[in-house]
Amino acid sequence: MKYFTRLRVRRVYKWRGEPISFNRKLKTCEYASLDISVEGLPRVTVIETGQHILIEGEDEDNPYVAKVIRLYGDENGKQKKVVVQWFARVSEVPLSKLKLLGREPHPQEIFYYQGRSCDDEVNAESILRPVKVQRLDGAAPFPDSEDQDTLYVKLSWDSKSFKGVDSAQVDSDLSPDCSSCPPPYSRSSFPPSTPCSPPAATPASQGPAWRALPTPDLDIMRRAAIGEVRNYQATMSAGKPRLAEAESMHSATKRSASKCLSAKRRNPSARTPGIRKKLELSSPEKRSVIAEDLNQLLDEDSESELMLAQRLSSSPPLAVMLKHSLTPPRKNLKPSVLLNKMCLSEINSSPSSDHSTRATTPSTKRQLQTLKEPALEMLAEVDNESSPFVAVTATPRSSKRKSAQLVSSRIRKQLNLLDKQDLNSDGEDEDEFVPSKKELQSSSEDDDDVEKEAGLDSDEEVVVKKGRHTAAGSRTSRSKQRTHTSTRTPRRTPNKKFTPGTPRTPHHATPSIPCRLRPAQQPANVLEEARLRLHVSSVPESLPCREQEFQDIYSFVESKVVDGTGGCMYISGVPGTGKTATVHEVMRCLQHATDVDEIPPFHFIEINGMKMTDPHQAYVQILQKLTGQKATADHAAALLEKRFSNPAPRKQSTVLLVDELDLLWTRKQNVMYNLFDWPTRRNARLVVLTIANTMDLPERIMINRVASRLGLTRLSFQPYSFKQLQQIITSRLNKVKAFEEDALQLASRKVAALSGDARRCLDICRRATEICEHSAADTGLVGMSDVMDALNEMFSSAYITAIKCVSVQEQLFLRAIIAEFRRLGLEEATFQQVFVQHQALCRVEGLQPVSVSEGLAVCQRLGACRLLLLEPSRLGVLQRVRLNVSQDDVLYALKAD
Amino acid sequence: MSKRKARDAHLPVGECISQVQEILRKRLCNQQLPDRPEGVEAQHKHLLELLKRTAVHGESNSVLIVGPRGAGKTMLLKCVLRDLLMEKEAQKNLLQVHLNGLLQTDDRIALQEMTRQLHLENVVGDKVFGSFAENLNFLLEALKKGDRSSSRPVLFVLDEFDLFAHHKNQTLLYNLFDVSQSAQAPVAVVGVTCRLDVLELLEKRVKSRFSHRQIHVLSNPTFRQYLERVQTQLSLQPGDLPDDKFAQHWNVSIKTLCEDKSVEEALQRHYNSSKDFRSNHMLLMLCLSRVSVAKPAIKPADLLEASRMCFIDAEANMLHGLSILELCLIIAMKHLNDLYEGEPFNLQMVHNEFKKFLQRKSNSMYNFEQPVIMKAFEHLQQLEMIRPVDSSTAKTQREYQLMRLMLDHTQVMEALQKYPQCPTDVKQWAMSAFG
Repeated sequence: MKYFTRLRVRRVYKWRGEPISFNRKLKTCEYASLDISVEGLPRVTVIETGQHILIEGEDEDNPYVAKVIRLYGDENGKQKKVVVQWFARVSEVPLSKLKLLGREPHPQEIFYYQGRSCDDEVNAESILRPVKVQRLDGAAPFPDSEDQDTLYVKLSWDSKSFKGVDSAQVDSDLSPDCSSCPPPYSRSSFPPSTPCSPPAATPASQGPAWRALPTPDLDIMRRAAIGEVRNYQATMSAGKPRLAEAESMHSATKRSASKCLSAKRRNPSARTPGIRKKLELSSPEKRSVIAEDLNQLLDEDSESELMLAQRLSSSPPLAVMLKHSLTPPRKNLKPSVLLNKMCLSEINSSPSSDHSTRATTPSTKRQLQTLKEPALEMLAEVDNESSPFVAVTATPRSSKRKSAQLVSSRIRKQLNLLDKQDLNSDGEDEDEFVPSKKELQSSSEDDDDVEKEAGLDSDEEVVVKKGRHTAAGSRTSRSKQRTHTSTRTPRRTPNKKFTPGTPRTPHHATPSIPCRLRPAQQPANVLEEARLRLHVSSVPESLPCREQEFQDIYSFVESKVVDGTGGCMYISGVPGTGKTATVHEVMRCLQHATDVDEIPPFHFIEINGMKMTDPHQAYVQILQKLTGQKATADHAAALLEKRFSNPAPRKQSTVLLVDELDLLWTRKQNVMYNLFDWPTRRNARLVVLTIANTMDLPERIMINRVASRLGLTRLSFQPYSFKQLQQIITSRLNKVKAFEEDALQLASRKVAALSGDARRCLDICRRATEICEHSAADTGLVGMSDVMDALNEMFSSAYITAIKCVSVQEQLFLRAIIAEFRRLGLEEATFQQVFVQHQALCRVEGLQPVSVSEGLAVCQRLGACRLLLLEPSRLGVLQRVRLNVSQDDVLYALKAD
Repeated sequence: MSKRKARDAHLPVGECISQVQEILRKRLCNQQLPDRPEGVEAQHKHLLELLKRTAVHGESNSVLIVGPRGAGKTMLLKCVLRDLLMEKEAQKNLLQVHLNGLLQTDDRIALQEMTRQLHLENVVGDKVFGSFAENLNFLLEALKKGDRSSSRPVLFVLDEFDLFAHHKNQTLLYNLFDVSQSAQAPVAVVGVTCRLDVLELLEKRVKSRFSHRQIHVLSNPTFRQYLERVQTQLSLQPGDLPDDKFAQHWNVSIKTLCEDKSVEEALQRHYNSSKDFRSNHMLLMLCLSRVSVAKPAIKPADLLEASRMCFIDAEANMLHGLSILELCLIIAMKHLNDLYEGEPFNLQMVHNEFKKFLQRKSNSMYNFEQPVIMKAFEHLQQLEMIRPVDSSTAKTQREYQLMRLMLDHTQVMEALQKYPQCPTDVKQWAMSAFG
């Protein structure tokens, strides 16, 4: 759904009427209402104060919701501003906070926004259309409606917690709307259409919508149907005379139906109250489309209509109707609309509390089927919404009229036949397998088609050969569905797990390591406790020795977040100097600050160059962490670009930590360029913290335009000094007495001299506790000797021991190499040359001389453990040999024997 | 003999021998684990403790097992795992992932294999779904969700660890070590490698995340221990064979074999050449295959013969199969090498050298046409006795392409001595100093 390009419509915004007041100081005029019209369409949407509106946002499928408080513009009418009260959608509430709700949020739920840090003044040009908002009591259930245009308010949200809505306040907010807004279940009685929507979509959504209305009153229904049919006769002939031919009508309607569906799919958000219907219908240039739609409606309608249609196509009155077509279409259409409205009002007034689908009449039954379209649309967007149309299809047929009974019995017969054929093959799958949205959609279209055909077949005995939707599988699966649902309760959750055999990517796989069956043991003694605390992974309460750096980063990020601006910072330092840990600590503190309301809330996102397979994956990860969307790298880049460059009200600051920056290097450096360019945008509110090892990375690998955007805010982490290391260990141990003072000092001095890597120091101390535990002298304290052992283990190279352990021939070979090197005065020799020396040495030592093969094997063995550096072995005796150890080490190791 | 057989209802000798061979082959080829690892007790204890802490306490660790080939690294690890899994606590909890640098040649394959072995949820049947990037994210997410006390510890064994260090950016190693150094699901990363300089292969940030624990497996048995090991390897344990009498006989014969002077000498030579288990096993396998019904024990001669086969020079052997002409060309090349101190030569030079020899002899026995010589030359090249200096063959004419001799002089001389019915003049020509 997200990938297609929307039709761009140009909207024109105009003040309606004269300003109601004029502010002399600010030179602004306040207005009562605003007109929105779409270029080329005569319709006008009026926005008034107190109305709820949708405002263009980052997410095209979920525009912002707000209520108009005030409309004003500047003197010369150039700028139009709207002061709004915001509502937050479920998707705008951070997932972590959504838990506070304590229940599953309703997809159409919105929250009265009381948080700070949002601009409540927006450009009028960002208004999309009005929307209906309804307030519900805290305990009241959400109305069970497929209508996705009504939003519900229950709670308020102040970016920390949910509270009950202050009813007085919100009611006053909502009251103007509630009066005009119908109860949610009957929303369909005012089929929405907006000026901004392409016209084709509008009628399509109207027809099914009003007919979707269930009513228990048969009488009214019948009257409505008759009236409707009568009107349709007129409209059809008026709209499209060639429809006199039954077959072409049939195929045409189907085509138009699919067209409308697709058009509607393209514009899921385009709806306004149904008053505009009249206007739309009467616009002459849209006539053909309307006619098509009406045909569709006609076709999809009940058997009675089919009969009428049949009569229409074959009987003499045709001529009369064709005559009608010559009259201006408006005249024909108007009464129909009026009649429709009349029916609707009747329906509305009828006791509508009883919505039991069982009670529907045969005609409504069909009508209800068409209801699938809006329902499906909703399904497409709201994933876990259970499909209501299943319930509808489940309604048993209770036909009153004979013809209808005949038809239905024939259909049933046909379907049963198909069922029997395919039940065995498809049946099992159908139970477990919930088709994807697309399939659902297409199958529902098929659904209509099948019924239509069945109706035609039975009534007219017209054989319609349908090459294009003969997919027997889809048809049977459809019919299956119906027979199934007629016998079972209609609620089915589409989220059912797939059976393991299905060859599909499991989308819902949750990444997790299985839980352990037995609990982990807790440390038993002091040394184990110390070891636990000294593990690098344990997060200390505070980070000692990095106070200055902490302060720098903290104030940098804090100032940017408070100001709502953006910026970059480059942090460098050798591994293990606490760069990432310090940034995390800063973020923890800042999050805490937002919790106590000291600074505005912000997003914190972290990516790591090492944790992605390709630099461009950075976009994907940022987008995923920011919005939860999944996209390809290119698409994600485009979305992020848009997000960071478009002005959006109520935007939180984003703090992005890019670890291991050097790995994001690409030849064109566009990833780095974008990362550093976004913060400079006016509306981005993005703070980028980058971490890498080398201090001069910007100068070394970045081209000028990238380095320039990175800026000069740099921070360098020096390696820890021995005092700092000692302090780190002491603070980690936190009064657990496990080390002698001298031992700690030795470890920290040694590490400080080598690298200043805190990880190394912690590892050494941890190893020392292990050695201490197994040493004979059980003092319970780690001493100097233990640390010394640990140091030796970690830092001494194994070459000398390894040379001592190799076999006699291998040792001889090493000596031969040194002898040959000395002879040549070079540090390199071919195997052939060394081999001569080797054989001479063998004779001196009184050993049997080795063959060339054996000599090569000896050489390869030494090469495998990298005591020697060798050329590829295919060179045989010609391969060159070098020592990987110093000659002195070799001699020392050999002499010690 | 026959009396005894009747009393104990012995198995026939053939049956016994095939059983003995089966038992010993299992021991030598299938790398059956010894009950106690010899010579590496300290390392065994260290590694066992370490892995136990991961399995039981949920402490993350990383360690490298380093040692030359055939020193018993994998044997040590397998022994440790066997002992570890004997504990119920560990057995119930530990998840194992085994990777080999020779099989998982890049991170994508390695990730798929890891996901598969962990049975994560994006695995259906034997297939792992999702792209490389998705897999990586999925696995990291999975590991991140775990914590020390609640999730099952995972043991990652990376065989041929040094090859993983050659993967692009060392992404896999970085992530594994990063998990082991952060508060995520407990993991133990065990790398097995034969390279002593393996730490130098790691990038600095990967290196910093590695705990620098290295367990060196450097077996250094004395010759006595070596001899004992040969004896225990070949001896039968009581209960191995249903026929006790035959087992005793066998063990006695092995004992006498090991005490034999010539056998000891041969084994000493092997010991001098290499101390590792594998070459030893190779020798013993050769001995074992010579046992038959007619000869139901390993005799010293068998071992000497096997030893001779182990030390045989492959290229000298190949020289025996050459024709006289080819041998002559080799000799000519040898002389050229002596003359020009190892400078490369071409076919024309070799042919000239050969012609000089023919002129001196004045008999036309070896007078071959140029194409014949050319063919022989090409055959030598196919056998890789000679190889071109530069690999580009197309540029120069074949006669003038520069070549090098891949044989040592000693090999040529040795082969001439053993060459069946080698003409004396050729021999003399080879011996003579310069042509």
